[in-house]
Amino acid sequence: MASGTEAGVTETPGRWLEFAVDRPLTMVFAVIGLVLLGSLVWGLLVSGAVTFARLGSLVWDGVMRGLVIGLAGIGLSMTYSILNFANFSHGDYITSGAFAGWATTYAIAGFGRADIGSLLLVGAGGSVFGGALGIGVTTTPVAVVAGIVVAGITTVLLALGIDRAVYKPIRDESGITLLITSIGVAFALRYLIQFVFGSSVRGTTAAGSIPQASLYFVDGVVRIDAHDATLLVVAGGLMLGVHLLLQTTKLGKAMRAMSDNEDLARVTGIPTERVVRSTWIIGGGLTGVAGYVFILWKGTLGFNDGWLLLLLIFAAVILGGIGSIYGAIAGGLVIGIAASISVIWIPAAFSRAAAFVVMIVILLVRPQGLFSGRSTA
Amino acid sequence: MSDAEASGTGSLRRLWEQDAAKIVALLAIIYGAYLVSGLVLGYSIRGQLNSMASLTFYIGVFATLALALNLHWGYTGLFNIGVVGFMAVGIYVMAFVSKPLYGSTGAAQVGGLGLPIPVGILVGMLAAAALGFVVALPALRLRADYLAIVTIAMSEIVRFTFLSSTFQQFQFPYTLAGDTTRVGFGGGSGLILDFPDPLLAFIDVVGLSGAYDGLVGVVGAIVPNNPEPIVHSLVYGLVLLGVVAGYFWLLKRTGESPFGRVLKAIREDEDVARALGKNTDRFKIVSFMLGCALMGLAGILWLMGQGAVTPNFFRPRLTFFVWIALIIGGAGSNTGSVMGGAVFAAVLYQGPLYFQNVVTSVFQPGEAPSSFGPAVSPLISGFDPMPFLLYTLDSVRQLQLVVMGVALIWLMHNRPQGMLGHRKETAAAIPLGRPGGGAGRGGGSNADADPTPKTDGDGGGGEAGE
Repeated sequence: MASGTEAGVTETPGRWLEFAVDRPLTMVFAVIGLVLLGSLVWGLLVSGAVTFARLGSLVWDGVMRGLVIGLAGIGLSMTYSILNFANFSHGDYITSGAFAGWATTYAIAGFGRADIGSLLLVGAGGSVFGGALGIGVTTTPVAVVAGIVVAGITTVLLALGIDRAVYKPIRDESGITLLITSIGVAFALRYLIQFVFGSSVRGTTAAGSIPQASLYFVDGVVRIDAHDATLLVVAGGLMLGVHLLLQTTKLGKAMRAMSDNEDLARVTGIPTERVVRSTWIIGGGLTGVAGYVFILWKGTLGFNDGWLLLLLIFAAVILGGIGSIYGAIAGGLVIGIAASISVIWIPAAFSRAAAFVVMIVILLVRPQGLFSGRSTA
Repeated sequence: MSDAEASGTGSLRRLWEQDAAKIVALLAIIYGAYLVSGLVLGYSIRGQLNSMASLTFYIGVFATLALALNLHWGYTGLFNIGVVGFMAVGIYVMAFVSKPLYGSTGAAQVGGLGLPIPVGILVGMLAAAALGFVVALPALRLRADYLAIVTIAMSEIVRFTFLSSTFQQFQFPYTLAGDTTRVGFGGGSGLILDFPDPLLAFIDVVGLSGAYDGLVGVVGAIVPNNPEPIVHSLVYGLVLLGVVAGYFWLLKRTGESPFGRVLKAIREDEDVARALGKNTDRFKIVSFMLGCALMGLAGILWLMGQGAVTPNFFRPRLTFFVWIALIIGGAGSNTGSVMGGAVFAAVLYQGPLYFQNVVTSVFQPGEAPSSFGPAVSPLISGFDPMPFLLYTLDSVRQLQLVVMGVALIWLMHNRPQGMLGHRKETAAAIPLGRPGGGAGRGGGSNADADPTPKTDGDGGGGEAGE
């Protein structure tokens, strides 16, 4: 300790030492991070254990995953900051949107080729297969676009309906009460979906017929297909749209006011219930679309998909700072990439665990999140 | 002083007896309902006994888990939704320690350290407590909802760890001489628990094997064909109920001790507790670790006799089952936790399956449609509800989770304080009841059980009420 204060008087190394004494935890994590980075650089440049192309593919995969997490995370982050509770049913909104959208896509793409019931049930019980219907963004563009739209709209309606029936009567309760209630909503939604659509994981796209491009990257290729591009365009476009909406309209200002202090917002004449409804509309829409494009990108659909994504979304939202949509996007990318490239160092079974560890580390080092203070746009 | 103390303990005993009476009455109703519905529908005696045994088992495990969770949430206000993680660590570490050495028995892919079962149970509980320490140390500085997310993430990390092939099997030194043995956690295919039957060993140690054999003989007179498994599971259920009583006693003692009073003070207002000079972080960590050890033990007791354990048993939904049980009973009350565990196990957890069993064995319905489409299309086209009803019956396992979700929402809307009404354990050390107004409230006991109508208004209102 004494040497620390003594060194503080001197130049730069002293400041580092002071920092290390003040925040030992941060220092430890920084050292671990440097070691990991060092081993990656060593693997890339010296030992050749990791090729640039593999790293590129993993990062690209992580970006895709991160876009989905970020897009769905915007909705979670908004409800978290404005309604003040961690919504554990958010993952099942994703699943609901995905199933609604994919039912539409199946119905349009397979119209006349299979009976409408099986199509609307997204081939429950193995009655129809997405691959056999030749579904893909290039082969059945109308069906995919219609699916995206329906996924968004259905999730908006679902979110509004659930809010009216479940959350509105207990709006003034504590965040924990709402959190527990949302767990109930999650259970009911998820297993209703399983009851109707079955528990099997089905393939949804014609994996073989998706156009692919191979980009040369230093020592190999990184493959990018049309569904990657679709995801990029849809997610990027919606993120930009939300940014503009919240920056240029009064709605964004009202939301910021509400997340700061709800009573004060109401006193100044902000129609808080209407802001809440807008929150659900924007959040729900983005979430539903995220669910749809996530399934389009990964090519399989199961009743558990949204729930499995939920904890990663929480990680992203906390990482970015609750209430900030940029935080949600950035956090999503960090979490997605972390989960994806973690396989360089650790077995693949731990990739989700790695994302959680990143979240816990951020909570320890900077609990307010990376983008704190810049809430809702 | 000694006079007041004597009347305090006297009334305490009376109150406790009343609470015990409530629990016994509830159990009687539950068992009665199961027996009567089984009898009416002509269930066989063997089936009746088996369903009694499994009902007792689930009441036991859910009541123990709800009690342990009550220590976290009801006493200390720690929002832990990683219960399964601690259960998993408990049973896996116990198996690691107590499984026989590799090669000494035939079936298992990996061995353990071959130590006695009690040692394994102790180490399993310690490991769960140690994990609790690791989680609590950083997470206690965070808001309640952050702690929630950290704990659920931790429980998933635990599950992935036991699921991964990395720890499926490895070498481990088992003597000081450096001999190694093949051990591991079995990965996704699970771990065979090939130690000797813990219940029989326990009965042997307490010297009741004669009584046990006698019981097998008695049951054998009623159910001639292979009575031993029935007796085994019934006795195991009774042992679990004994464990519930032990947990109850432990938590009651903890709650009434100076330590417990600090915990309740933390729950009510942490800043005040800290201002009074209490190191609240330390109290929270100790309380968290104790609860985690109890969860570890509950995990051990749940799975020890099942023959095998797989990581995917420990999905987060099991945590939420425990939460529903606690919320049914009312967080903060030990009696409520036990009753909530019993109601959850009987109505929401076993009830639908029992219903399905009874209906299937009585009406012998035909084959259910394999998916929702064939189930609904006759209903739409020909108003034939049969396939849909069959499909519904067949999907009871999914629908029961829907029912649980709806029940949770309903509870949070209409009865967030639980079935016993508002009866948080009070934080005060002295009886808060009106002096001379009948029996005062013993420290840490509950308002509803008080003979005087509603002391919540004058005493509890100030301390524990909203």
